[in-house]
Amino acid sequence: MDIFLQQIINGLTLGSVYALVALGYTMVYGIIGLINFAHGDVVMIGAMIVTIVVSSLVGADPNASAWFVMGVGILVAVPVCMIVGWTAERVAYRPLRRAPRLAALITAIGVSIILQNLAMMIWGRNYLSFPQIVVPEVYTVMGARISGLQVAIMVIAGVLMAGLTFVVHRTRLGTAMRATSQNREVAGLMGVNINTVISAAFLIGSALAAIAGTMITSYYGVAQYTMGFMLGLKAFTAAVLGGIGNLGGAMLGGLLLGVIEALGSGYIGDITGGFLGSHYQDVFAFVVLVLVLIFRPSGLLGERVGDRA
Amino acid sequence: MTVLLKAQGLSKRFGGLQALSDVGFEIQTGEIYGLIGPNGAGKTTLFNVLTSLYIPESGTCTFAGETLTGRKPHEVAHLGLARTFQNIRLFGNLSVIENVMIGRHIRTHAGVIGAVLRTGATRREEAQIEARAHELLDYVGIGHRANEVAKSLPYGDQRRLEIARALATDPKLLALDEPAAGMNASETVVLRQLVEKIRNDGTTVLLIEHDMKLVMNLCDRLLVLEYGKVLAEGRPAEVQRNPKVIEAYLGAGAAQVAQTVPGAQA
Amino acid sequence: MMHTQTLQRRTPALTLVGIVLTGVVLAILPFVVGIAGQGWVRIMNFALLYVMLALGLNIVVGFAGLLDLGYIAFYAVGAYTWALLASPHFGLHLPFWAILPISIAVAGLFGVMLGAPTLKLRGDYLAIVTLGFGEIIRIFLTNLNAPVNITNGPQGINRIDAFTVGEFTFGRAETIMGVRFTGPEKYYYLLLAFVLIILLICVRLQNSRIGRAWEAIREDEIAAKAMGINTRNVKLLAFAMGASFGGVAGAMFAAMQGFVSPESFSLTESISILCMVVLGGMGHIPGVILGALILAALPEFLRAVVEPAQHMLFGAVILDPEGIRMLMFGLAMVLVMLFRPAGLWPSAVRKRELAQRKGEAS
Repeated sequence: MDIFLQQIINGLTLGSVYALVALGYTMVYGIIGLINFAHGDVVMIGAMIVTIVVSSLVGADPNASAWFVMGVGILVAVPVCMIVGWTAERVAYRPLRRAPRLAALITAIGVSIILQNLAMMIWGRNYLSFPQIVVPEVYTVMGARISGLQVAIMVIAGVLMAGLTFVVHRTRLGTAMRATSQNREVAGLMGVNINTVISAAFLIGSALAAIAGTMITSYYGVAQYTMGFMLGLKAFTAAVLGGIGNLGGAMLGGLLLGVIEALGSGYIGDITGGFLGSHYQDVFAFVVLVLVLIFRPSGLLGERVGDRA
Repeated sequence: MTVLLKAQGLSKRFGGLQALSDVGFEIQTGEIYGLIGPNGAGKTTLFNVLTSLYIPESGTCTFAGETLTGRKPHEVAHLGLARTFQNIRLFGNLSVIENVMIGRHIRTHAGVIGAVLRTGATRREEAQIEARAHELLDYVGIGHRANEVAKSLPYGDQRRLEIARALATDPKLLALDEPAAGMNASETVVLRQLVEKIRNDGTTVLLIEHDMKLVMNLCDRLLVLEYGKVLAEGRPAEVQRNPKVIEAYLGAGAAQVAQTVPGAQA
Repeated sequence: MMHTQTLQRRTPALTLVGIVLTGVVLAILPFVVGIAGQGWVRIMNFALLYVMLALGLNIVVGFAGLLDLGYIAFYAVGAYTWALLASPHFGLHLPFWAILPISIAVAGLFGVMLGAPTLKLRGDYLAIVTLGFGEIIRIFLTNLNAPVNITNGPQGINRIDAFTVGEFTFGRAETIMGVRFTGPEKYYYLLLAFVLIILLICVRLQNSRIGRAWEAIREDEIAAKAMGINTRNVKLLAFAMGASFGGVAGAMFAAMQGFVSPESFSLTESISILCMVVLGGMGHIPGVILGALILAALPEFLRAVVEPAQHMLFGAVILDPEGIRMLMFGLAMVLVMLFRPAGLWPSAVRKRELAQRKGEAS
C-alpha cells in the first residue's frame, strides 16, 4: 500500500508535467491538425535555459534566494521558448498550411531535428545538472513521502491549467481559438484573424512548455539535449489518450499517463515475475498509445467522428 | 423480372439527425431505378449505406441473393455493386486509362509473384486489362483522352471517366450519384443515351438525380425520399401525380392545386 | 505514366548503351575507389545498404503513401536474426541459404505484426505509432539480456560470421583469376547484386496491378475501396515488402560488419532513411536512389571537408560533426518540404500531387 500511494503521488507529479506539455500538442493539433513534433524540443530548450541561468546565478552568488533565481530563470526561458515556437510556426508550418499532411509532418520532424542538434552543438552532449537550490521539505502522508517540490509542481500546473481553461472559455481569444479549431474557413470569414489565433496557440503552448521544462529539470536535477524527444512523445500520448484537440482531455490524459507509468514501473517486476524490469518504463507510454489509437482513437473525452464520403 | 436488390427497414442516424428511417424498396434486374427527393432527403446517405460506407442501425439489404448489409466496403464491388460519387472521386493525378485499369483490379489476380516474375499469365492479364480499359473509354466516349491526366479533363468527361471506371468492375448494378450535376442540356442528352446503353447491355442502373426531366424520361421506376423516409415508389407518371410528392417539392399549396387536376390520385 | 506500354516496347538503343556503360562503371568502381583506400570501399558498401533501405521504405512511403517512422526496426530485426543464427552468441552457425530467408521472413513477419492493427489509422497517427514501435524494438534489444540473455543488451553481439557460400567467404581478401579482391570489394559485388534484385522487384511492382492499387489508395482511399480494393491487405503487403527489404539489408549489415548493437538502430537512422526518400523524390525510384547516395555520402564528405576546415578556421573542432550532419538532415527536410516538396528528382505524378495543394492560396 505504501508503494501504491507513493507511486500515485509520483505519477501525479510527472503527470502534471505531461499535462502541461500535452496542452501544447492538443492546442496545435486542434487548430491546424499538425502533430508538432518539435514541441518536446521546446520543452527541452526551456529546461536547458533555466538550468544555465540558474547555474550561472548560483555560481555568481551561492546565497541567492531560490525564488529569485528560479524566477529569473523562468523569466528568461519563457520568452525564449515562445520565440522558438512562434518562429517555427511562422517559418516552417505556415507556408504548408494547405499542403498534404505528409509534408507538414515531415517538416515538423525536420524542425525537431534542427532544434535538438542546435541544442547539442550549443550546449554539448553532456548532462547539465540543475543546482540543488531547492531543498525540498518532505512531508509524510499516510506512509508515503511527498516533497515540497512535488506539491509545487502539481499546484503550479493546476493553476496554469485553470488559467488556460479560463482563457479558452471566457476570453475573445479563446473563443476565436475554439472557432478556428471547429472550422477554420468559416472562422476566417467571420472575421477571426486565423494567423493571430494560430500564433497565439503556439505562443501559449511554448510558454507552458518552458514552465514544464523548468519543472522537469528541477525535479530530476538534469537537463540534456535529448530529453525533449521522449517527453514529447509521452505528452503526445497523453493528449491522444485524453482526446486530441480537447483541452480537458490533455489534462486528464497527462495525469492518467503519469499515474499509469508510475504504477507500471513500480509493479512491473512483480507482474512479470522479474522478467521485465523498470527500464521498460518508456515502453508503457508506447503501449498505451498503440492501444488507445487502435481501440479508441478519439480518446477518453474525445467525440466520435465518423468519416463522410 | 427478378429482384436484384432488396432493402428493408434501413435506418441510419448521425447524432441527433435521423438520416434514414425504415427505408425499403426493390430494384429489378434490368431496370433503371431512380432515387429522388429534396436536398437533405437522405439520398446519398442511402447510397453510402448500400455501399457499406455507413453502417445502418437497423435494416437489411440483399443483393443478387447475398446479404449486402454488414459487408466491408471493398466487398460490395466484388458482389457486383459499383458506384460513382456526387463530388467525383477520381484518381486525379493518374492518367485516364490508369483510372479505368484500377477498376479492373477486382476482376484480375496478379499478385506480387506474378508482378515480379512477369510470368506469361501476368503479361497476358496486363494486356487484357489495358485492352478492356480502352474499350470502356471508347464505350463512354472519351477514348481519345486515354493518356491525359484525369484531373485535367473537362467536367463532363470526368463524370464519364468515373462511369467507365465503375463499369470496369463488371458490375451487376451501377449506382450513379447525380451524374448529370453541372451538365448542360446537350451533355445531359449524351448522358441519358449512355445510361440507356448501359442498361440495354445488361447492367441494372440505380441513380440519384435532381434533373427532373432526365429522371422522368430515363427511369423505369422511382423512389422518392423526404427527411429520410420513403414518400413514394413507383413509375414516374404515378409518382409525379402523388400529392405527397408534389407537396414535398412544391409545397402544400401546389399539392392542393394538383388535387384539382383530373387524374390525380386521392 | 504509361508504364505498361513503355515496358512492352523494345528498349531503344540509347538506353541500352546507357545501361551497358553504367554496368561497366559499376563493375570497376570498387577498384577505382579502392585507390583512395579500403575505407572508402567500405563507405560505398554502406551507401549500398542505405540504397536498399531507401528502396524498401520507398515502397511504404512512396508507393503506398504510409508514413513509417520506425522503419529501422526491420533493419534491426534482420541484423539481429543473422547475428543470433551465425555467431558464438548461441553457438549457431547456420549457412547463408538458411539464415537469409529466415531473416527476411522474420522481418516481414514483424512488418505484418506492426501493420495489421495499425494500418487503418490516419496518416499522422500511423507515423507516431510506427515511431513508437521502432523505439520499443530498440528498448527491447537493449534490455533483453536478463534474466535470459537473448540480445546481449547494450554490448551487442560480435564475431558474427561473414557471408559465406560454401568455401568462398566474403570476409577475407582473395585472389581470383589473377585479380586481387579485398573483403570489402567482394562485399561490394554481393551488395550490388542485392540492390539490383531489389531494384528490379520495385520497378516491376510499381508497374503492376499491385502498384496501381497502391497508387489508388494514395490518391483516394475511399474511391479505392469503392472499386473493391482491399485497402487493408494491400497496405499490409506494402508494409511486409518494405520490412523484408529492411531485413535483407540488416542481415547484410550484420554479416559485413561482424558486430551489431542497439545503437545502430536509433530513431535518427529511421529519420535519415525517411529523409533520403523524401529528399530524393518519394515514390520515384531513381530519385530515391539519388537521395540515398547523397545522404549516405554526406557524412563522409563532412568528415573529410568540414573537420579540416574547422581546424583551419578555429584551430579545433568546435562544431560536433554528428550534430552538423543531423542539422543538415533537419534543414534538408524542412527546405525540401517548403520549396521542392516532391523531392530533387520527382516522378511526374508526385509533382502534380504536391503542387496542386501548394498552388491553392495560402
